[in-house]
Amino acid sequence: MATNLRVVGALGMRSIRQTFRRPQLIAPIIVFPTLLLAIQTGGAGGAVNLPGFPPVQSFLQFMLAGAMMQSLMLAGNSGGIAMAVDLEMGFTDRLFAAPISRFTIVLGRLAGTAALGLFAALWFLMIGLVFGATIEGGVPGALLAIGLVTACAMAVGGIGAAIALRTGSASVVQGLFPLVLVVLFLSSAFFPVELMIEPAKTIAEYNPFSLVVEGVREPIVSGIDASDTRDAVLAIAGIVVFGLVLSARALKHRLRVG
Amino acid sequence: MTAAIAVEGLERAFDDVLAVQGVDLEVGEGEIYGFLGPNGAGKTTTVRMLTTLLLPTGGRATVAGHDVVAEARRVRASIGVALQEAALDPLMTGRELIRLQATLQGIPGAEGRRRADDLLERVDLVAAADRRVGAYSGGMKRRLDLAAALVHEPRVLFLDEPTTGLDPVSRKSIWEEVRTLNDEGTTVFLTTQYLEEADQLADNVGIIDSGRIVAEGTPAALKAELGHPHIRLQLEEGSVAQAEEICARIGPLLPPIDGKTVLVEVENGAGDIPRVVRALDDAGIGVASLELVHPSLDDVFVAKTGYHLEKEDEEGSEDEGAVAA
Repeated sequence: MATNLRVVGALGMRSIRQTFRRPQLIAPIIVFPTLLLAIQTGGAGGAVNLPGFPPVQSFLQFMLAGAMMQSLMLAGNSGGIAMAVDLEMGFTDRLFAAPISRFTIVLGRLAGTAALGLFAALWFLMIGLVFGATIEGGVPGALLAIGLVTACAMAVGGIGAAIALRTGSASVVQGLFPLVLVVLFLSSAFFPVELMIEPAKTIAEYNPFSLVVEGVREPIVSGIDASDTRDAVLAIAGIVVFGLVLSARALKHRLRVG
Repeated sequence: MTAAIAVEGLERAFDDVLAVQGVDLEVGEGEIYGFLGPNGAGKTTTVRMLTTLLLPTGGRATVAGHDVVAEARRVRASIGVALQEAALDPLMTGRELIRLQATLQGIPGAEGRRRADDLLERVDLVAAADRRVGAYSGGMKRRLDLAAALVHEPRVLFLDEPTTGLDPVSRKSIWEEVRTLNDEGTTVFLTTQYLEEADQLADNVGIIDSGRIVAEGTPAALKAELGHPHIRLQLEEGSVAQAEEICARIGPLLPPIDGKTVLVEVENGAGDIPRVVRALDDAGIGVASLELVHPSLDDVFVAKTGYHLEKEDEEGSEDEGAVAA
């Protein structure tokens, strides 16, 4: 058990180093969401005045949760790409040939993705504070948002890892990048559900990532809300279970076909 | 002698293709076993099964006394593996890689750091230890891969084509390290496409072709099986077919290497050279060069498979596991 935990830690650390040493992995996680945040808040800041827009201090304050969601989802996708690259270049064989539980290899990758989620949450909260956004839930609210983003990054990473293990192809995982954006735009990440039109509105209402977005957004724009937090935790738990089951099955398949 | 590796009827099918077809072999403790074969013969597939990276679809195998299927984790704790493609992360430094390998083997942090330092020194990579692996030369990568495989002092070491693509100096350096390891008691299972490598290093050799072992024994015994030497004739252009016809009357022809060379097996060694020269001279065929060649592992390979291994290698061929049917 202790060895497996040390392995998860070591692989998580490798995953973080790998991301920061490969610009094509870090750019989608930090650079793109930051640019999008800048463009959206600069160009569409007046949206807060639309009738039906939820009460917020500023459009930047509203957008922080969306930027964090975009970042964590792309962190999950980047984690999947990195895992597929490991498979393609044979590095995973080095891990599979070690006397450890092979699922710790997946958990190590997820630990790294979770850490990137944590980094993203801190980055965007810092940007928000620097540019004048307030965190209405105070320190507890910020910690809740950080915790939810970190957990959701790990959950999404599970799906990325599963696709990598199943396909063994970095280009296939990379090809899912547009899908990540579709899932985000069909959620409340960048626009309030109340102002969407059908069928996007209904899809966004049932999109589990909308629940996570709201769970992250509420502590920032108005304060901690138990019901939103509960829904977000349940949504993340569902995505975690879905990702882990998919990963376990994909790992089994990978070990069977070699 | 106790068997470090014992394999009985090992098979692996990929859909309808049988990549490994009932391999039997035994490797004693402290032995270097050379596993020879062209691309696609089933070498890597066999190694992947023995290292628990691939499940067999038939037969059984034990490594270090443990079954590769039922006791896979115990097998993995007993073996070191340096795989064909030098599975290294170009973004990691050499030191980071060996330390990670130590963690994977359950070695505590301080001890892992000490072993990493020792191994980097052993493979002469101290100066490059904190550089990223992507900047290493091919030889440095192989040495690092070897060092990583040794971090837990394995009983059995699997080296899958450890010198493929390396220059002669790097190749010799790997050979020396393998010999040293073997002197220290490590059993080595070495796959290679280089006959010289097997001849230089291996106590025993197994030749695999189309997923089956076609010959096994010490290099000396395998060469002795063939008995007779052959004459290698390099001819002037346009006379090969006629020369083959003449030489076939003197002894059996061996498969040709290229369009200008004739290989003919001779019963009396050097004593048959004048006969060959006279016969060709009488027919007006010019000989550019002539050499008496005693049986080599290549000849063994030719005799057992019908083609030259290293020529196949130069031409390149199919991916491993996709050929043997």
